[in-house]
Amino acid sequence: MTHRTTSAFALAAALLVSAAAEAQQRVLRYNADYDPIPLAAMQALIADFEAANPDIRVELNNFDHEGYKTAIRNFLSADPPDLANWYAGNRMAPFVAAGQFLDVSDVWAGNGLSESLASAKASMTIDGKQWGVPYTYYQWGIYFNRDAYRAAGVELPGEGGVNWAQFVENCAKFAAAGIDCLTTGTKALWPGAGIFDYMSLRTNGYEWHMDLTAGKIAWTDESVRRVFAEWAKVQPYISANHAALDWQDAAALLVQGKAAHYVMGNFAVGVFKEGGMTNDNLGFMAFPEITPGIPRAEDAPTDTVHIPAGAKNVEDAKLFLAFVASADAQTKWNAAVGQLPTNRDSSVPGDDPFLVAGFELLSSAHALAQFFDRDAPAEMAKAGMEGFQEFMVRPERLDAILDRLERVRQRVY
Amino acid sequence: MLGLWKRHQRRMAPWLFLAPGAAMFAVYVIGPIFRSMWISLYDWDGLGAMRWIGLANYAELIDDEAFYVSLRNNVLWLVLYLTALPAGLFVALFLNQSVAGIRLYKSLFFFPFVISQVVVGLMFSWFYAPGFGLFYGLIEALTGKGVAILAEEDWVTYGIIAAGLWPQIAYVMILYLTGLNNVAPDQVEAARLDGARGWKMLWFVILPQLRPATFIAVVVTVIGALRSFDLVSVMTQGGPWGSSRVLSFYMYEQALSEYGYRMGYGAAIAVVLFAIMMVFISGFIWKMWRDEAAR
Repeated sequence: MTHRTTSAFALAAALLVSAAAEAQQRVLRYNADYDPIPLAAMQALIADFEAANPDIRVELNNFDHEGYKTAIRNFLSADPPDLANWYAGNRMAPFVAAGQFLDVSDVWAGNGLSESLASAKASMTIDGKQWGVPYTYYQWGIYFNRDAYRAAGVELPGEGGVNWAQFVENCAKFAAAGIDCLTTGTKALWPGAGIFDYMSLRTNGYEWHMDLTAGKIAWTDESVRRVFAEWAKVQPYISANHAALDWQDAAALLVQGKAAHYVMGNFAVGVFKEGGMTNDNLGFMAFPEITPGIPRAEDAPTDTVHIPAGAKNVEDAKLFLAFVASADAQTKWNAAVGQLPTNRDSSVPGDDPFLVAGFELLSSAHALAQFFDRDAPAEMAKAGMEGFQEFMVRPERLDAILDRLERVRQRVY
Repeated sequence: MLGLWKRHQRRMAPWLFLAPGAAMFAVYVIGPIFRSMWISLYDWDGLGAMRWIGLANYAELIDDEAFYVSLRNNVLWLVLYLTALPAGLFVALFLNQSVAGIRLYKSLFFFPFVISQVVVGLMFSWFYAPGFGLFYGLIEALTGKGVAILAEEDWVTYGIIAAGLWPQIAYVMILYLTGLNNVAPDQVEAARLDGARGWKMLWFVILPQLRPATFIAVVVTVIGALRSFDLVSVMTQGGPWGSSRVLSFYMYEQALSEYGYRMGYGAAIAVVLFAIMMVFISGFIWKMWRDEAAR
């Protein structure tokens, strides 16, 4: 009995205190998963938001990046905040299907976001409605070490990169010089999916790739085999033991000149530079064209903010979404983090060659894919990435791998 | 009320003392076990509505390659983990002597059990790491070609089990050391007068007296092997391409990990693991019960 009275008393007291605070300021609870640099940028963005809306206070609750991915499932139903970070594409589909995210189409309509965020709209749309707001993305492509080119006596790629035949030919030269032509670290699986995405986008094109990740194409189909046939050309030149390497370990190989190319996202530039590379010896190019004439599509994973269905302060949360979507806020956030704003009216700092190249690459692309693990449903993504890893080590098992993926596809979709 | 208490005090007191523990056990152990069994009969992503599918999850397990890989690895774990017993016994016999500083040596041998499994996993990952790992370097020096244990599907499970054995041997050792303290000196004396030495002494005089320690060591080792999760998670996350999975990790992958939204399927794996554990646990309980009854 005493227990119940004390807890009731505590609850009443808590309610009183929060009611008193709310009288002056409305609170927005925001759950996020930032690493230190983006965290600082988001804190600056929140400060700007609070300055513009003095009656709102944003309570940022930052989670560990990996832990967040499992935590979100608990807090969305157990203790929903007013705002939550997540990702675009199929990665948000389970939450949308379960009714855990709020439809924010009115924020898009009311702020003209369909125009300013046009490039990201498709990946935010399910059932004709928008379920969140994108605020950043980054390009994928090939980062290369110019010193490795010199060491192997290979001619540096020109402005437009190299073509596929030349790339494969160069790989043989790198191998002769004892340098891994292509490096990756697939211990966490996803880096291998980056290579697959480009093999697929360049061999069969964006529309085909989207059909594949949407489960409309059988993995045992001849068109899938074409992708792996191209991949097999560079497979012997991929770093051995990549299954035991984290992506940062493979970055070290590139920095040390033991590897020449790395298919990665732009976030890796920070790691390359920490390792001692500079704009002089670190190069970036688009992934080479494989099938001539296919419109060039790129991977550009988009990070997003959503309003959970159980949010208590929806009105202010929508204000915040509109703010995050604005050109100025995105310019500032992305300049601080070194990524690209999704708002087309934002600007990119001109002194960072990788950002400038990425901006150019994405704005001239035919279409943007999210990334294999965001375009494909979770179970397909996991099985696929294991298959890609296995293929890069044991290419002779391709038939067994594709059969397995096809079985998963038939169950998942 | 008071009268009832006075009359039955002796009978009720033990139950009262047991009540808090029993309540906790019921809420946090017994309840979840039955709930898992219940969930395993549904198709559920952990977010939306649950859909009753009967035994379909179990039917799928039967055709699931990954399930058999996990099961096979669990058997490997179980068999190889039991080598911690002779190894721990050997170390304990070796350390069971009185020379200067023996306490220090004992505590150093016990050290691996004190550090967290996560740290053990990290250390062994570095030990095996291609490029800078000590073990990798050693193999490279001996054969000319390094082997990245954690990237080889044929070696990876052995590599992880070796990491697990390191603290497990220390644990078994400490169990045997305390057991050896209780070996009756007069029996050893008498055996020695009768001419028993070496293996005979160990087999016929020492080991029978260590039976309680052996029993506990078997129990903790078997359960430790079956619930192996942390090392797999830290060292390989089940890779390469899922070849080092064990059942507990596979369950986590399916139900709770970044790409796992299949609560029902994960629960079905958990139920299978539970059934395997029950075979051993009921064996142990039966033996304990028999020993108590015989006394």
